[in-house]
Amino acid sequence: MGPVRPMSRGGDIAIRARGLTRRFGDLVAVDHVDLEVPARHVYGFLGPNGSGKSTTIRMLCGLLTPSAGEIEVLGLRIPAEAEALRRHIGYMTQKFSLFEDLTVRENLEFLAAIQGISRQRTRGRIDALVEQYHFGERQKQMAGTLSGGQKQRLALACAVIHEPELLFLDEPTSAVDPESRRDFWEKLFELADAGTTLLVSTHLMDEAERCHRLAILDHGMLVADGTPAELTGKLAGRTFMVEAREPRRARRVIVDLPGVLGVSQVGSRLRVLTGVDAAGSDQAGGVRTAVADALDTDGQQAAVMATPPNLEDVFVAVTRRTSSIPERAA
Amino acid sequence: MNGRRLWAIVIKELRQLRRDRITLAMILGIPVIQLVLFGYAINTNLRGLAAGIADQSHTAGSRALVMDMLATGVVKPVAMANTPNQLMAMLRRGTISIGIVLPPDFERRRIDGREVAQVLVDGSDTAVQSAAAQLAQVPIDSAAPDTRAPATSTPRTGRISVVGFYNPQRRSAINIVPGLIGVIMTMTMVLFTAIAIVRERERGNMELLIATPLSSAELMLGKVLPYIVIGLVQTSVILALGTWLFAVPIRGSVLDVYLAAGLLILANLSLGLLISTRAQSQFQAMQMTFFVFLPSILLSGFMFPFAGMPKAAQWIAEVLPLTHFLRLIRGVMLRGASLGEMWTDVLALVAFIGVMMGAAILRFRKQLD
Ligand SMILES: Nc1ncnc2c1ncn2[C@@H]1O[C@H](COP(=O)(O)OP(=O)(O)OP(=O)(O)O)[C@@H](O)[C@H]1O
Ligand SMILES: [Mg+2]
Repeated sequence: MGPVRPMSRGGDIAIRARGLTRRFGDLVAVDHVDLEVPARHVYGFLGPNGSGKSTTIRMLCGLLTPSAGEIEVLGLRIPAEAEALRRHIGYMTQKFSLFEDLTVRENLEFLAAIQGISRQRTRGRIDALVEQYHFGERQKQMAGTLSGGQKQRLALACAVIHEPELLFLDEPTSAVDPESRRDFWEKLFELADAGTTLLVSTHLMDEAERCHRLAILDHGMLVADGTPAELTGKLAGRTFMVEAREPRRARRVIVDLPGVLGVSQVGSRLRVLTGVDAAGSDQAGGVRTAVADALDTDGQQAAVMATPPNLEDVFVAVTRRTSSIPERAA
Repeated sequence: MNGRRLWAIVIKELRQLRRDRITLAMILGIPVIQLVLFGYAINTNLRGLAAGIADQSHTAGSRALVMDMLATGVVKPVAMANTPNQLMAMLRRGTISIGIVLPPDFERRRIDGREVAQVLVDGSDTAVQSAAAQLAQVPIDSAAPDTRAPATSTPRTGRISVVGFYNPQRRSAINIVPGLIGVIMTMTMVLFTAIAIVRERERGNMELLIATPLSSAELMLGKVLPYIVIGLVQTSVILALGTWLFAVPIRGSVLDVYLAAGLLILANLSLGLLISTRAQSQFQAMQMTFFVFLPSILLSGFMFPFAGMPKAAQWIAEVLPLTHFLRLIRGVMLRGASLGEMWTDVLALVAFIGVMMGAAILRFRKQLD
């Protein structure tokens, strides 16, 4: 079989999807998602549980048939040409999917063979991965007895064993502590520098902030996309902090004020995000005064100060706009 | 089909199996325990056995005796022959279970009070032997009440002699042991492959596998190959114990025994694969396996004689691999027949394997939906 080189490495767009939709019975898990993932980037999928991240990734690698929409990955039409795509991708599933009753090294050997790495090259490649992913003295340990973080490290090592052009990582750091997460992301950027395109799903804001670009999913819909700076930039001036002696009491006062989109407590402070009015113009100034007044009326001493927006604010801003019933209690 | 990938699957299966102590213990334990349990079993009466008749005397008396025998309903004539040798050949091929010989000097023997007829019996099935004993009780002549046989099942009764072939001592173990190879293979092999794939789906391994270039055929064959070896090991255990504990003979060639066992193993493994493409959980796979297992035990001729079953049940039995295997293994081990002589059953098994394996590979989708 002569594998068609699906796309020259110089190609700019690794993944393109239009109107991507997937239904499970009545549930629309992914709803008309348009996506463009540039090559050699770390692209993030940010979204809460059940927002359709895994379902989208599965459709992109040809494991699930879309109910509607078009997909092109590395120049191949999916799902029609999924088989040809499989040689060029690595997929790290959300749930640990390696063999728990095989050792670390046996898992690597198995995947090397399955991915068609020649017998001569296998040994060197595995030794390199063992070294790079710090499995030196654990090579003979059963994969099932590894810690959560170690399992994810092994899963990544197995996913990159054949040096794929495109990597799908579905919540790769869910069990990784912050320290190791930094190492993990270091690895991801190394891969991107080496020319790999990475699509990483996460529900962690700090991870999303590291991505070159990201898409925010909510209830199966793509509600925003762009670089983290672009996304937060749009909220400039719409966030401020309230420092109060009794933050929880202050929160109760603020949360129902008109124009307030979200209030979250950060230590002894409250982070307030303001909405836009029907005309789309900024309400921040007015709301800030209103908040200060309301707290004053309630007899609370509080200081209000400006703060730059972050991705969490972006997330709240875009999801509040789409969900019909705003969650106030949270 | 890529040899390296196929081999990787085989090695992986063997490594996993090696670490699964309980399964390993069962692979050896099941045959030993079943052999001892089933070693002593019972048989029942039956009717409608396929009979061949060689009436060499062609007299009114001989015809009347044949009619009387047929009237018992125990046998039904399927073949006519000229000589006892022809009957023995049919017996050996398994086309008949009983041969009735009426010698040329039938009338003379009747007058002399000697044996007037001989019933040749396929003793590899004890049920057939006890049925033949009933035939021997058919009165030769109403004017000669002394010809009535005693109610015992001694082989020689009055003036009709019953000659048991292949299992003259009528020991059950001799029939049970060859059949037991089949029953154990049907019980364990189907489950092995059915579970092996469903388990990977449950544990999430399958999502990883189907995202790689691994092909359906490589995966399916890679799952089957290790278990063929295991099946043959089980066969050897049963054969060894059978010969040692129950002195079960292997009258045909040992190679034929293993070939027949290999066919049944493959048939069951393929069936397991097909089940695995349908079952969503290990529990479902188990239930589907028993759905096949029970009819196999009951209809294949292992528990109850095939000849005694209604037509519909016989048709179902013809679809089950165990039925064909039992005919083959009894033929080879007890009658010393060769597989070539029973080619229809060989063909049936090969066809079963082809259909099941093909359907499993076609049905298996490298997709989650
Ligand atoms: N096979 C399926 N059958 C029915 N519903 C499904 C199936 N797979 C996913 N869903 C539903 O589709 C929606 C999206 O699920 P998905 O797994 O894509 O979410 P996710 O963003 O990956 O969530 P998480 O962060 O929890 O992993 C959920 O409501 C889920 O219940
Ligand atoms: Mg998910």
